[in-house]
Amino acid sequence: MLDFSALEPPTLHSLPSSVEPHLFAAPSFQLPAVADLDGFQKAAVQMVKPAKGTTTLAFVFKHGVIVAADSRASMGNYISSQSVKKILEINPYLLGTMAGGAADCQFWQRNLGTRCRLHELANKRRISVTGASKLLANTLYSYRGMGLSMGTMIAGWDETGPGLYYVDSEGGRVKGTRFSVGSGSTYAYGVLDTGFNWDMSIDEAVELARRAIYHATFRDGASGGVVSVYYVGPAGWKKMSGDDVGELHYSYYPVQEAPAEAEMGEA
Amino acid sequence: MSMVFAPQLAEAAPTSHAGASWSPYDNNGGTCVAIAGGDYCVIAADTRMSTGFSILTRDHSKIHQITEKCVLASSGFQADIRALQKNLDARHQIYQHQHSKQMSCPAMAQLLSNTLYYKRFFPYYAFNVLGGLDTEGKGCVYTYDAVGSYERSGYSSQGSGQTLIMPVLDNQLKSASPLVLPPRESSTPLTESEAVDLIKDTFASAAERDIYTGDGVEIVIINKNGIRRETMPLKRD
Repeated sequence: MLDFSALEPPTLHSLPSSVEPHLFAAPSFQLPAVADLDGFQKAAVQMVKPAKGTTTLAFVFKHGVIVAADSRASMGNYISSQSVKKILEINPYLLGTMAGGAADCQFWQRNLGTRCRLHELANKRRISVTGASKLLANTLYSYRGMGLSMGTMIAGWDETGPGLYYVDSEGGRVKGTRFSVGSGSTYAYGVLDTGFNWDMSIDEAVELARRAIYHATFRDGASGGVVSVYYVGPAGWKKMSGDDVGELHYSYYPVQEAPAEAEMGEA
Repeated sequence: MSMVFAPQLAEAAPTSHAGASWSPYDNNGGTCVAIAGGDYCVIAADTRMSTGFSILTRDHSKIHQITEKCVLASSGFQADIRALQKNLDARHQIYQHQHSKQMSCPAMAQLLSNTLYYKRFFPYYAFNVLGGLDTEGKGCVYTYDAVGSYERSGYSSQGSGQTLIMPVLDNQLKSASPLVLPPRESSTPLTESEAVDLIKDTFASAAERDIYTGDGVEIVIINKNGIRRETMPLKRD
């Protein structure tokens, strides 16, 4: 017969809820008071998915505007293209960038080019960057809520000098001197903000933009392909470089050869 | 003068209760491929038309010749694709009446992009590949998404077997991107017969692993001598 005298009496163990009630209660989550909870959740998931898989940037400096972008297009997990033109040449002195829906950006920026040309014909002078960005923003605002997806920067040089605006499909339009748009934008901002100097030369500015996009493609899966960098000056835009990011990686970080081990002599 | 762009709005969908509600679309499956060379273009598509797990026919052509030098291959919802083909044919006829000549392939490429975007809010469920010869006689391939974004490239595939075929084409044909500066030669290194053989191999492989690809492949070859067709049977399982 076993001796149970040293053990606790066999009772049903109850939760010591009187001591720390909140530790033992079932967890509760706040829920939104909507009729279609399932639909709401699906929309919420869409919201936190990496939006606008791309990296584009533009900044104003002493000599003009630099615009740079990657060239990857993704449909979900599938890379549908590595050679997308994300910097769209609206006219010889205006550039637009593409982030979000490729078709939306291509169509509406081509439409913007048409309207800018009509403005020139009607007014016998080029349209300003302010005017061009406003035309686009007003168009996008009228389609607000219908599902267009565009995060674009309009960069150019007009009578007032260099101009840079950010315009998006929510109807927003903001003038600025430094923007980066897309899922890789945070990485690009890090490099761009650290290395920026208003008095940079054109070559230094181009190299800074190239590095910023390269680092974004390194860390962001939705960005990659070829880094294109454009410069916009008084004479209009000029494409300064186009480099495959794979090749850029090895030029920035060459492979260190491991020192050869000493040969073992024959025993 | 105000220019009004008013893409059509979708019909309001019936409110859904638990379970599937009516959808205006169906996916008839299939795969399309195109390869552009220095003086030729090869466009191919399988001939199986499916719905769900059933095969509707083993003998349906997804390829449509729009102009003398330009051919459209589309996979997706074949009813929308037929409507799209008729739309482009009508627009091409009007162009010929107005300009006394056929549309060039790059012009047709832009027309297709705009036609797709004009139904931005009730899209054509069509994944298109346009192939032909450009104004200089070089092969060109244009690849599209469902709402009209497009890009010229050396080769492309669209449809249910796209993810199976594209890596093989990348492996065999990938060359320097056209975005690279200074520009590097980016034309396909294959001859016309090598390209046709590659297409046959890729379709045979895709038919092994994609249930919607099979039965047969129709291959259209465009070069300066005109247009020629070949067919090859694929596994029917």
